Amino acid sequence: MSTPLLSVRGVKAYYGRVQALKGVDLDINDGEIVALIGANGAGKSTLMMTVCGDPRAREGTITFAGQDITRLSTHQIARLRLAQAPEGRRIFPRMTVLENLQLGATTADPAGFETNLERVLALFPRVAQRLHQRGGTLSGGEQQMLAIARALMSSPRLLLLDEPSLGLAPLIARQIFDAIRTLNAQEGLTVFLVEQNAFHALRLAHRGYVMVNGLITLSGSGRELLERPEVKAAYLEGGRQRAAH
Amino acid sequence: MDYFVQQIINGVTLGSIYGLIAIGYTMVFGIIGMVNFAHGDVFMTSAFIALITFLILTTLFGITSIAVSLFIMLITAMLFTSLINWAIERIAYRPLRGSFRLAPLISAIGMSIFLSNFVQVSQGPLNKSIPPIVQGEFVLFRHASYPVTLSYKQVIIWGITAVLLAAFWFLVARTRLGRAQRACEQDQKMAALVGIDVDRTIAATFVIAAALAAVAGTMYVMYYGVVSFADGFVPGVKAFTAAVLGGIGSLPGAVVGGLLIGLIETLWSAYFSIDYKDVAAFSVLAITLIFLPQGLFGRPDVEKV
Repeated sequence: MSTPLLSVRGVKAYYGRVQALKGVDLDINDGEIVALIGANGAGKSTLMMTVCGDPRAREGTITFAGQDITRLSTHQIARLRLAQAPEGRRIFPRMTVLENLQLGATTADPAGFETNLERVLALFPRVAQRLHQRGGTLSGGEQQMLAIARALMSSPRLLLLDEPSLGLAPLIARQIFDAIRTLNAQEGLTVFLVEQNAFHALRLAHRGYVMVNGLITLSGSGRELLERPEVKAAYLEGGRQRAAH
Repeated sequence: MDYFVQQIINGVTLGSIYGLIAIGYTMVFGIIGMVNFAHGDVFMTSAFIALITFLILTTLFGITSIAVSLFIMLITAMLFTSLINWAIERIAYRPLRGSFRLAPLISAIGMSIFLSNFVQVSQGPLNKSIPPIVQGEFVLFRHASYPVTLSYKQVIIWGITAVLLAAFWFLVARTRLGRAQRACEQDQKMAALVGIDVDRTIAATFVIAAALAAVAGTMYVMYYGVVSFADGFVPGVKAFTAAVLGGIGSLPGAVVGGLLIGLIETLWSAYFSIDYKDVAAFSVLAITLIFLPQGLFGRPDVEKV
């Protein structure tokens, strides 16, 4: 097997004094969609941010495209074309949609900006209509699309998506999942996404990981995980309470 | 009426200087949420650099062209002051980032004391003066016995301020650096995620703030012809007042606030008591903080969650 694009080995990370990751191992191969599911507070978002160097991993190693990025700072990691649409979307509220997209292209070659912009806007026509509006005035769904569009502006090798469907109407959520599938199928984009909506995420993903209390407890293909009784019980049939305790 | 027009002219001139300093307060506050109490002394230091440059130019090189010497003074002051402010940020503020909120503030007060004492020790405690660089004036109109004038010095100050504000606006609104600065101001974590070097952007902010303060310092020396080591504090606090009045964090607010403070101070001196002009300016600070804490152009302090 070829070496994975992103490889996380024994990573431990803390938020303040709370240990959020207790030794996580995980691989993402080129061209895959990988979903990470788990209950609230399991450490999913922390893992996403730790891959981007904020907070830094206290122990373990993270390798991206053959390079050890464990000790790099966040902006240096971004320059390796690892982009993230983070938890809460974090649109720059007092900048226009276009400026948000320009910021997304910070690490990209300026010569390719126009072509890239067209490509991204074709994927999210609703964002294209709002180009000169301030980011803070967009609806939740539009902000999520903008967050993904902004991440795509760097032409990433790996796209991290943190809860892309959170708080969105089912129809909008489906549009976003469709866009992810299209990107993966047509451009071979590698995607690593965190989702609470486990059913949709596992159907979309080639492979999935289940995280409980800062540890990976299960992994397998999306379909396999959907069939697993413990996944069904905990994440698919309203059994979240049981999973947490 | 003539007297009033004359005071407006004088007030706008003074206000230009305050506005340029106020931008430094507001920019730094916008990006790292800290009131840089050393900024007034950075301004004072720049005035000394301009003064020393002038003396070197005239005595050592015998340069007599006013335009050339003013230009060299401006560039030298901007360059060295930027370097000083860059070093201050690196040494006194950056190591404290992520520490408790009061720590960089205390450090800034320390730097303020350091700068004024350093200048006092190295340049002496007395006022330093230079002969008038620019003389002459336009008589706008003459009514009865009182001529309303616009001096060449004032024209230069208005002109340089206008050009620099335009350049500065362009930098913030239209360039990559300006965009990065605004991004860091709004969300540093996200700025880093898109690949912006936040530390470098903050350093650039200090450099720009210092360069604008140095323009103010050079014009201060040209306008008044005299500067002392203690001249950082009062203009500094007035420029800070201007920034608060305009709405701290707002760049147009800093400029408008500067002009207003300049006008208030000048008109107060003209019609009331000149001895209490500082009281007038600082009353504005108190009144603003009580009745309009977010300032004229400021955003109300609400976090959208």
